[in-house]
Amino acid sequence: MRSRRAFLAGAAALALAPSSARAQATRTVTDDTGRRAEVPAKVERVYAAGPPASMLVFALAPEKLLGWTTPFRPDERPFVPAKYADLPTLGRLTGRGNTANVEIVLAAKPDLIVDYGSVGPTFVSLADRVQAQTGMPYLLLDGAFDRFPESLRRLGGILGEPARGEEWGRYAQGILDDVAARVARIPRERRPRVYYGRGPRGLDTGLAGSINMESIERIGATNVAAALGKGGLVQVSVEQVLAWDPDAIVTIDRTFYANLWRDPLWQGLKAVQAGKVFLSPNVPYGWIDFPPSINRLVGLRWLGRSLYPDAFPEDLRPFVREFYTRAYHQTPTQEQLDALVRTAEPRRG
Amino acid sequence: MTVGRTGLAVAGALALLAVAVLAAFAVGRYPVSPGELVTLLQSKLTGTAPALPATVETVVFGIRGPRILAALLVGAALAASGAAYQGLFRNPLVSPDILGVSAGAAFGAVLGIFLSLDVWAIQGLAFVFGLAAVGAAYAIAASLRGHDPILVLVLAGVVLGSLLGACIALVKYLADPYNQLPAITYWLLGSLAATNPGDVRSTLLPVAVGLVVLWLLRWRINVLSLGDEEAASLGIRAGRIRAVVIAAATLVTAAVVSISGIIGWIGLIIPHVARLLVGPDFRRLLPVAVLLGAGFLLGVDTLARTAARIEIPLGVLTAFVGTPLFLWLLATARRSWQ
Repeated sequence: MRSRRAFLAGAAALALAPSSARAQATRTVTDDTGRRAEVPAKVERVYAAGPPASMLVFALAPEKLLGWTTPFRPDERPFVPAKYADLPTLGRLTGRGNTANVEIVLAAKPDLIVDYGSVGPTFVSLADRVQAQTGMPYLLLDGAFDRFPESLRRLGGILGEPARGEEWGRYAQGILDDVAARVARIPRERRPRVYYGRGPRGLDTGLAGSINMESIERIGATNVAAALGKGGLVQVSVEQVLAWDPDAIVTIDRTFYANLWRDPLWQGLKAVQAGKVFLSPNVPYGWIDFPPSINRLVGLRWLGRSLYPDAFPEDLRPFVREFYTRAYHQTPTQEQLDALVRTAEPRRG
Repeated sequence: MTVGRTGLAVAGALALLAVAVLAAFAVGRYPVSPGELVTLLQSKLTGTAPALPATVETVVFGIRGPRILAALLVGAALAASGAAYQGLFRNPLVSPDILGVSAGAAFGAVLGIFLSLDVWAIQGLAFVFGLAAVGAAYAIAASLRGHDPILVLVLAGVVLGSLLGACIALVKYLADPYNQLPAITYWLLGSLAATNPGDVRSTLLPVAVGLVVLWLLRWRINVLSLGDEEAASLGIRAGRIRAVVIAAATLVTAAVVSISGIIGWIGLIIPHVARLLVGPDFRRLLPVAVLLGAGFLLGVDTLARTAARIEIPLGVLTAFVGTPLFLWLLATARRSWQ
């Protein structure tokens, strides 16, 4: 009943938009796709439409985030302050597997809906539909790697937190510039050919231009699967991986990582023989994708350390501590840091 | 006349199979020249170490070999159980999944992926749920007396299959869209891309047991296809034989589906092709269907791993090849069934 009333209120707000009290203090914001939305001058309650957006809003203004799209698993919870981890689960509203009920979203009374990631026509039309149906301003921000600093500054401004947005933007830009400068000094012949194995058997991978492969491309490595063309996720065979014989393998799948060392088929690869198989940490979010949001910033430094230990000689712990403290608002304990970095360090012997 | 025709069909199917196996060994994403293949074979036969990179041996005996064996096993198993079911249910449109074995196996595997289990556990769950689904359908049908037993069994299987389909959809809905959902989707599309020697070893025994049981019951399956009353007049207890045949066909199907994922069409079409060649007598139908199924899936799988630069899902490819074939068979079905 309450949600029904909220829905009607939302519809009424839409119908009466120009004259209602609510609309008096608004500003027109253009999002990354050129869509326009009337956003309240003071944004206090934000609904993030998907995991990438949750992370972005949470990093900038945790007290304004209304809830999560998926609940934290037990191993993820300890990285986030309890008061934020306990926020309700509201469901996803983006194209990939909608689980949110629009009425629940409205009942949470958001001032603003934010989605972050792909900005293709599907997502634009989805944003338009939700905005038309609910009367809530819906902003779509481009999640591309290069645009991290810009997106952070921009959303900071929209959320009424320009200082935090600026600080985050500078921090992100600093990481990107630092990594780019170090990678630029590495001669071309020392840049590895990398295979990114997903799924329990490690045989799903991303083609050139896939959002899942951006980190590997940014670190100056060659994605071996780029030879197959442009696109998203595909399946390949072990034989194909053997034919590529990559210099290094990166994965986030624990099942695949454990099996790889046991399975005789993978032992012929020089990456396996050299121990150059790198398992991305996955708590509270992955470092390469899962989801593809600003968490990839920490993964970039980790990839650099894994692939070019000479160019990235520093211990990862201080860097990880700073990123986690900024992004998740809680300084990781020494044990947590050790566990994260131990997962990330290459296997010895 | 008929015997000669059967012999011809079997010989033809065997020859086709041999060609398919040779071709499958010779092609792939990793470059292995025919010369290297011969060298490797010679060294295996003589027991000497080949003067080749170890990777070539891994590719041929560790990857292509198991994959070829798996394709043969899967094709043979699906075709055999399809032929058995079509005879048993006296219905040409029945395929091995009619009693829910594929839906059960798919649900087991999807659950395993959702729970981030080990690969062998995913396959184990698929196998167990495949068997359990058919067991449940059979138990439901057995407890509902007073109806046509076959009709009730098929209905129970179909209903259970749709329920399991809904369960799969639910798990997909709850799965992590960035990680698990693609893995689930790929599994449901069917593929032998990840086959390793262990998969073949674990599948061989149940498939062999099931096929031997079907072969031993070949005459009784013939009688069952005449109807329960005729079977009874010949002193055959239809219900018991039916249970054994279903158990055997389910065993082979669940075993192969657990390593290959869902591959449709073979169990439906290959028995028809075999019937066109040698007629409906199960004693001739079974061996021919087994050979044709093995050869067909091997051919399709070889295409799947070589036609494009990425793997083409088997479920997709068998449908592309199978649909026109099946439509053609439907057009000519009257002839083949009379």
